[in-house]
Amino acid sequence: MASTDVSGPPVDRTSSLINNPRFRGLFYQVALILVVGWIGYDIYSNALDNLRRLNLVPGDGFLDRTAGFGIIQSLIDYSEASSYRRALFVGLINTLLVAVLGIVFATLLGFLIGIARLSRNWLIAKIAAAYVEIFRNTPLLLQIFFWYFAVLRSVPDMRSKWSLFGIAHLNIGGVYLPRPVFGPDAGLIGIALLGGVAVSIIVSSWAASRREELGRPPRVWPVHLALIVGLPVLVFFLVGRPISFSMPVFNETGPLLRRGFERGSGLVVIPELVGLLLALTIYTAAYIAEIVRAGIRAVSHGQTEAASSLGLRPGQTLRLVVVPQAMRVIIPPLTNQFLNLTKNSSLAVAIAYPDLVSVGGTVLNQTGRAVEIVGVWMAVYLGLSVLTSIIMNAFNRRVALVER
Amino acid sequence: MRINFTAVFGAAIGVALGLAGAASAATLDDVKAKGFVQCGANPSLIGFATADEKGEWSGLDIDFCRALAAAIFNDPTKVKFTPLNAKERFTALQSGEIDVLSRNTTWTMSRDTSLGLKFAGVMYYDGQGFLVRKALGVSSALELSNARVCTQTGTTTELNLADYFRSNNMPYEVVAYEKNEEVLQAYEAGRCDVYTTDASGLYAERLKLAAPDDHMILPEIISKEPLGPVVRQGDDQWFNVVKWTYYALVNAEELGITQANVEQMKTSENPEIKRFVGAEGEFGSAIGLSNDWAANIVAKVGNYGEIFDRNVGPSTPLGIARGLNNLWTKGGLQYGMPIR
Repeated sequence: MASTDVSGPPVDRTSSLINNPRFRGLFYQVALILVVGWIGYDIYSNALDNLRRLNLVPGDGFLDRTAGFGIIQSLIDYSEASSYRRALFVGLINTLLVAVLGIVFATLLGFLIGIARLSRNWLIAKIAAAYVEIFRNTPLLLQIFFWYFAVLRSVPDMRSKWSLFGIAHLNIGGVYLPRPVFGPDAGLIGIALLGGVAVSIIVSSWAASRREELGRPPRVWPVHLALIVGLPVLVFFLVGRPISFSMPVFNETGPLLRRGFERGSGLVVIPELVGLLLALTIYTAAYIAEIVRAGIRAVSHGQTEAASSLGLRPGQTLRLVVVPQAMRVIIPPLTNQFLNLTKNSSLAVAIAYPDLVSVGGTVLNQTGRAVEIVGVWMAVYLGLSVLTSIIMNAFNRRVALVER
Repeated sequence: MRINFTAVFGAAIGVALGLAGAASAATLDDVKAKGFVQCGANPSLIGFATADEKGEWSGLDIDFCRALAAAIFNDPTKVKFTPLNAKERFTALQSGEIDVLSRNTTWTMSRDTSLGLKFAGVMYYDGQGFLVRKALGVSSALELSNARVCTQTGTTTELNLADYFRSNNMPYEVVAYEKNEEVLQAYEAGRCDVYTTDASGLYAERLKLAAPDDHMILPEIISKEPLGPVVRQGDDQWFNVVKWTYYALVNAEELGITQANVEQMKTSENPEIKRFVGAEGEFGSAIGLSNDWAANIVAKVGNYGEIFDRNVGPSTPLGIARGLNNLWTKGGLQYGMPIR
């Protein structure tokens, strides 16, 4: 209680309660908590009252009923006989899929465009600038429709295809790829891969300490290659090739509905996913490009000059001096873009990609449980956002400037 | 779409916060006090509900709301329309945002019993059908094995579709869009072999295609879709007003009362007609309306047959035959409970 230790004239205890900063601070905080708590309780009890008046009993029991509707893309087992809970789970996984892929692609593209905008080559810099301005300044929903229907209208129809080396095929039904089929021993390859990566990390840290002694980095990339690629390949052949590929089967004859790619053969990437991913990636990359540009600009030019005078090559300067410092500026706003991308993925419903909002909408309509379904939506997007923030904050702490 | 998400969300919050408050209050009094009926409608379904460039609404479902306004205010223009998509419609009604939902909505047991809503009648007996390209060479829905099917999400069609294909052991794939505009675009682009929704909707959507004649509606109707107006549960007076507005439309046709002859009918000696036009009995006041409520409906909007012919009948681009929607006396299902 530092404030009471202050020497001076004795304070009048009775009148001081109102003027006491600690008491007042405490009072306002308690009052705020009470008000917020009361609002929360009021919303909750009011919702219950209103639902009861509409003869709706709130609860999650309805989630165990049979869904009865089909979903075009499911990464887990799902059929019409599955429950609503399962259907929502399928939607959640589809949301995660597009969010994770979107974040990866948007980050790669964004960094590329951001660096291109700083290029000394006039044409590259201007193209990058035009990209950013065009895609940042048009509504995302418009872009989603544009890419989706652009994709749909420019590819061959169901009964024909474009092929790339006979491995990848494309038509309006989507992109058809060979689907890996994992045998019983396939897990061993995964273990070998993980083991290889783990040993590689150890080798890397050993190499870093060796560099301090030698003054130059030891040649370790062949070791990495052997550990990460060679080891799993070796195990693959040792345990008798447990991974095979199911190729997409294309029927050219028969009744029209039988022609085209056979159901269940190969791996299909539906055009809804392609369109949504394209739009989300291109849109978010425009923002990320600006963030990257700002981050790099934030690193003082003196740093680059100092690096050059130490004899670092431009590539090394970028990699060892500029980017690590730029990352401190880049990561917090980058987190925002990741959150935006995840939440924007809910626009998927417009083009029939079965994400959580789309599937949830169908469940909502069939059951009429608006409050519960909206609650699920809110909880999921909040959960995903908080999770992304936690991961990015942890990453941010790693790259933050460590004051010595 | 974000807009719709917001609307659903907003309506759900409306339910949560009780902003609508009046959910169980006397809707008729509220309607009279504010001076118009707030009617939930389909934003775009040719023949059933469309707004022209001037914002004038027309269609079968729209005319029902106008009939309701005529019954209450003797003025079919005292109605405001809220365009709602399939997903938003029930929440909008539950929360009190609209007074009546007249939006090609299928009467099902679960909707009638567990949503806090009541169906007041069947304006249109419909069923789910399939629209396909003639080039596909199929003549029956049973030949649709392996088909890719486009439909609108948040409707009963997804469930009917799944039931039909499963019970016939036909594999299929469903692509479900949020709005019928996108369903149609995707179908036209070739994303799907089949477009499925209520047959009435298929007739309407087919007209929007670049070459309607290259497409056909398969003969199979795979479900019963009785479409009718919906009100909130717990307000019997308002329920009666809406229900009897519908019966009045059907009875008028049965009695031969039309927009053209309703004035002469007011002097008819036929006791049934006398009761209908309010020359005998106090039927209007029993439901909180004026005594000539039914005559006003017919004078301002017409009878059921006139509404049907004007919006979807054989002389319109839709060209739908009366079929099940004919009067019971003519082999259909439209049957108005007697006014007596």
